[in-house]
Amino acid sequence: MKIHNTTGGRIFDAANYVFLSLIGIITLLPFIYVFAGSFATEAEITRRAFFVWPEQFSMGAYEYIFSTPAFIRALVTTVLVTAVGTVVQLILTVTMAYPLAKRNLRGRQLIMSLVVFAMVFSGGMIPTFLLVKDLGLLNSYWALILPAAINPFSLIIIKNFFQELPAELEESAKMDGATEVGILWRILLPLSKPVLATFALFYAVGIWNDFMSPLLYLSDNSKWTLQMYLRQVTASSDLLGTGNVDPNYIPPEQGIKFAVIVVATLPILIFYPFLQKHFAKGMLIGSVKG
Amino acid sequence: MSAPVIDTESAERVQSTAPAPRKRGKFSVHFAHYKWLYLLLLPGVLYFAVFRYAPMYGVSIAFKDYVPFLGVNASPWVGFQHFADFFSNPDFGRLLGNTLILAFLSLGIAFPLTIVLALLLNEVRLSILKRTVQTLVYIPHFLSWTIVASLSFLLFALDFGPLFLFINNVLGTDIDFLSDPAWFRPLIVLQDIWKNTGWGTIIFLAALATVDQDQYEAAIIDGAGRFRRVWHITLPGIRSTIIVMLILAIGQMLNTGFEQIYLMTNALNRGVAEVFDTYVYFVGITQGAYSYSTAVGLFKSLVGIVLIFGTNALAKRFNQSGLF
Repeated sequence: MKIHNTTGGRIFDAANYVFLSLIGIITLLPFIYVFAGSFATEAEITRRAFFVWPEQFSMGAYEYIFSTPAFIRALVTTVLVTAVGTVVQLILTVTMAYPLAKRNLRGRQLIMSLVVFAMVFSGGMIPTFLLVKDLGLLNSYWALILPAAINPFSLIIIKNFFQELPAELEESAKMDGATEVGILWRILLPLSKPVLATFALFYAVGIWNDFMSPLLYLSDNSKWTLQMYLRQVTASSDLLGTGNVDPNYIPPEQGIKFAVIVVATLPILIFYPFLQKHFAKGMLIGSVKG
Repeated sequence: MSAPVIDTESAERVQSTAPAPRKRGKFSVHFAHYKWLYLLLLPGVLYFAVFRYAPMYGVSIAFKDYVPFLGVNASPWVGFQHFADFFSNPDFGRLLGNTLILAFLSLGIAFPLTIVLALLLNEVRLSILKRTVQTLVYIPHFLSWTIVASLSFLLFALDFGPLFLFINNVLGTDIDFLSDPAWFRPLIVLQDIWKNTGWGTIIFLAALATVDQDQYEAAIIDGAGRFRRVWHITLPGIRSTIIVMLILAIGQMLNTGFEQIYLMTNALNRGVAEVFDTYVYFVGITQGAYSYSTAVGLFKSLVGIVLIFGTNALAKRFNQSGLF
């Protein structure tokens, strides 16, 4: 369609472009400031109001946190829990979505209704906490993984995706003697790689960012995750254990906060391009009405 | 016209009108034939039974005096005692007020801003700019609330936080954004906008892509300007999506977001900060009043469900398509 642009239209366009560019920059500014600040000296952080480039580069904050056992432990814990949790959640979601995609499987409608109901209504914080407690999962990393192991939204979208794959694929595989499990493993999964990658990333981001579950279920602070550690460092300036440093050495209190924020954010930013490639499409697959 | 909405039942509806293949017949035969599928289904069904439905059953402790030693089943019934206690508690009015004010601020400010941002992005015909801005504004959605809260602590920090200094320079006064109760709500709304507005545009942009292009040509021939086209074609074109998203937002109104509020609450702003979700945590988890706090949580869920059905009924009465 050809749009005959008027002068007013051009002014609007120009203003809109400038405005949106500003929105984009403002969105990122806080993070750029923290990134720059994490490499600045303590003196510079407290002296300069705002900067996106430190005058004097310093790795002091990173050296400090990476010499602190509590931080290393939180980082390793979070990486492991995220990796294991993502795999567990993805396997559970896919193995449930696949049978539900079979139109002639009995009981499927009932299960789907129960899944949808679970999206609308939940037991809430306390009954879930008591369940986790009764299962003996308090202070166990499984408490960060299992209670949210299947996201009903993801389940429904993956189910719909399986359903929309051409039935001929399965039929021909069946003729060749493939079992249901074989079809899932050798035909459907390779075809669904982009969708599965999207949900894997969503699950991973969810576990990595989770603050509520560790707050509720991990009272033992030697088991804390990165988000809990970050909270401790930024909210109370209690530096959680000392590093292997000279007792007379004063740690860069502000710089540490900057550095921990960067470490907690970096994996998200690294994976973001992969996530972004798929999410809009992945979100809408199977959820478009009509 | 198709509007992208989260639809969970279209597949089911399609199926119910299609001829059902092999519906009758012995279940044991059916089961034997599909035993691998049922086996695959088992872990997922167990998950829903244990982690989703058992807590729903656990809600019954709202009507009991839960004794950990006795468990959910054996604890004695007390009827609506905990609800009565809650409604007569002076905290109730304050919590309801705090929750509703935050909810309406979010609905009144963040929700329209999302639509405005989507409309502005939709007007961009320079695709590189559009994609770049979209990429940037989606990012905060993927950062945790702990990061958002920590960023706020640094940016608004007394004496050296960049935003603290900026306001100080402009207004000439010191404002302690982080602990002054008057600034708690603006701060929460600001965080919400920064984190979620960009992400929220996805669904509206998808709806905008489906608006009939011929109408624009007709409107241009009739001499309609940019704003008239937006007002008379674009907005009506995404009306059903707006309504669906509004119903969903209203249903989620009381879910003020535990993590965000919890992280931003401190001793000084607690009076305006405490909402149902954080109250349930403090009374339930930290003080061990399990039954009472479950009753509070249940009250909140029920109000949420009433809101979602009520809005849906209203939308239908005004001859709009509802959510269900």
